Amino acid sequence: MEKVIEIQHLSKSFGTNEVLKDIDFSVSKGEVVCVIGSSGSGKSTLLRCVNLLEKPSGGKIIYNGKNILDAHHNIHSYRTKLGMVFQQFNLFNNHNVLNNCVVGQIKVLKRKRQDAEKTAKKFLHVVGMDQYVNAKPEQLSGGQKQRVAIARALSMEPEVMLFDEPTSALDPEMVGEVLKVMKDLAKSGLTMLIVTHEMEFAKEVADRVVFMDKGVIVEEGPPEQIFNHPKKERTQEFLKRTLR
Amino acid sequence: MSLEWVITILTNNWPMFLRGAGMTLLISIIGTLIGAAIGLIIGIVNTIPMPERGVKRLFQKTINFLLSAYVEFFRGTPMIVQAMVIFYGSAMAFGIDMDVFTAAIFIVSINTGAYMAEIVRGGIISVDKGQFEAAQAIGMNHFQTMMNVVMPQVVRNILPATGNQFVINIKDTAVLNVIGVTELFFQTKSVSGNNFRYFESFFIACVLYFVMTFTITLLLRKLERKMAGPSNYSMIGGLPMQVVTPEDTEHKIKE
Repeated sequence: MEKVIEIQHLSKSFGTNEVLKDIDFSVSKGEVVCVIGSSGSGKSTLLRCVNLLEKPSGGKIIYNGKNILDAHHNIHSYRTKLGMVFQQFNLFNNHNVLNNCVVGQIKVLKRKRQDAEKTAKKFLHVVGMDQYVNAKPEQLSGGQKQRVAIARALSMEPEVMLFDEPTSALDPEMVGEVLKVMKDLAKSGLTMLIVTHEMEFAKEVADRVVFMDKGVIVEEGPPEQIFNHPKKERTQEFLKRTLR
Repeated sequence: MSLEWVITILTNNWPMFLRGAGMTLLISIIGTLIGAAIGLIIGIVNTIPMPERGVKRLFQKTINFLLSAYVEFFRGTPMIVQAMVIFYGSAMAFGIDMDVFTAAIFIVSINTGAYMAEIVRGGIISVDKGQFEAAQAIGMNHFQTMMNVVMPQVVRNILPATGNQFVINIKDTAVLNVIGVTELFFQTKSVSGNNFRYFESFFIACVLYFVMTFTITLLLRKLERKMAGPSNYSMIGGLPMQVVTPEDTEHKIKE
């Protein structure tokens, strides 16, 4: 399968604290990859390195055959190819729901407002938020905000969607509505890289599961293998604690 | 106090009081607006990410140093002294013969700018880091992030502090009488110099100052409420939560 993003020997340190160590990893077109692991294992940092919100300390990120960490690569146009969904939603507080999905299209992709609104409404419909176009972020519940955030990312029509623990800041009863949207997206053939604590979700949706611990990838494989027959001791331990 | 005197002074001198109040208002409005603009510009310049090396870094470091020198100097010296130094100094040192009105606007603007720079800095700090990250994640560069996401929120956040600065400016233009600006304090001094009724004359000035500051306060409250936007929103058609099946989604995305 065609690789969309390939990461080679990626490392990241905050001061003397080495958070990621020599990570090799790739995402193929149409694949849904779930990254699991305990808190502080570096999975969020890995995701944030992929779209350069954190600057990697070393290694390569290959996108379309080019290393985007080369000095003169335009990171802004690279980022438009990646849709990011944050744990804390981070909707633009000064824009209503529709404009949250429109502003990037107009300012970054230079689309006409009319076209941008059409695209935004299409994706707001996908996440079931199309009636709330006039609402401000502060007027929405957590689950609704996260669904708008997903629509905002989709509106840029990225090649890969990155999800950074999208349900961790939600009330238990709102987790379902967000996971449902994500499941639908996964089934539609979108390429997705998801950092999550929702094991059941990962089991059901992922094509491949990556287990991380202490800044390294311990084990990766199809969900059936990782969840039912983990090879490494560390993976078994982690799953025993979380899958009760 | 003698009410008759107040009435007499008013009937004889009301055009002078009115002109003085008008001048005070004019200087403080223009000064606050220019000052706010200076503050916003300095705020944006200070947030530009520092290049790691090279000439650009040196250039930016120099700019940042000059800007903070400006802020610290004008915050750290009294406006009455700045007025004297700038008005008489510009004539002596550079041979610029500033007219009093221009000098007044200049002094108030540059003074307000120094305070506003700090207010704007605080406003930018108070914007959640996630807002910057979300803007960058959809591909916005620094300038686009500031203009479309951060600054609109900053402006809303700093409105109360800006109103405060406006009120301070209305009162502090009184010090400009030292360079002969014909604002309210200067006019009142002239009036009382003629009739020797200091208390009554300045009582009138006092009321006029208060009317101006309080009106501004009320107007800004109104503006704040307006910028907060309506507290309700209307739903656009359909059921409250769309029930979508995976096939629907697939279909919609392919559309």
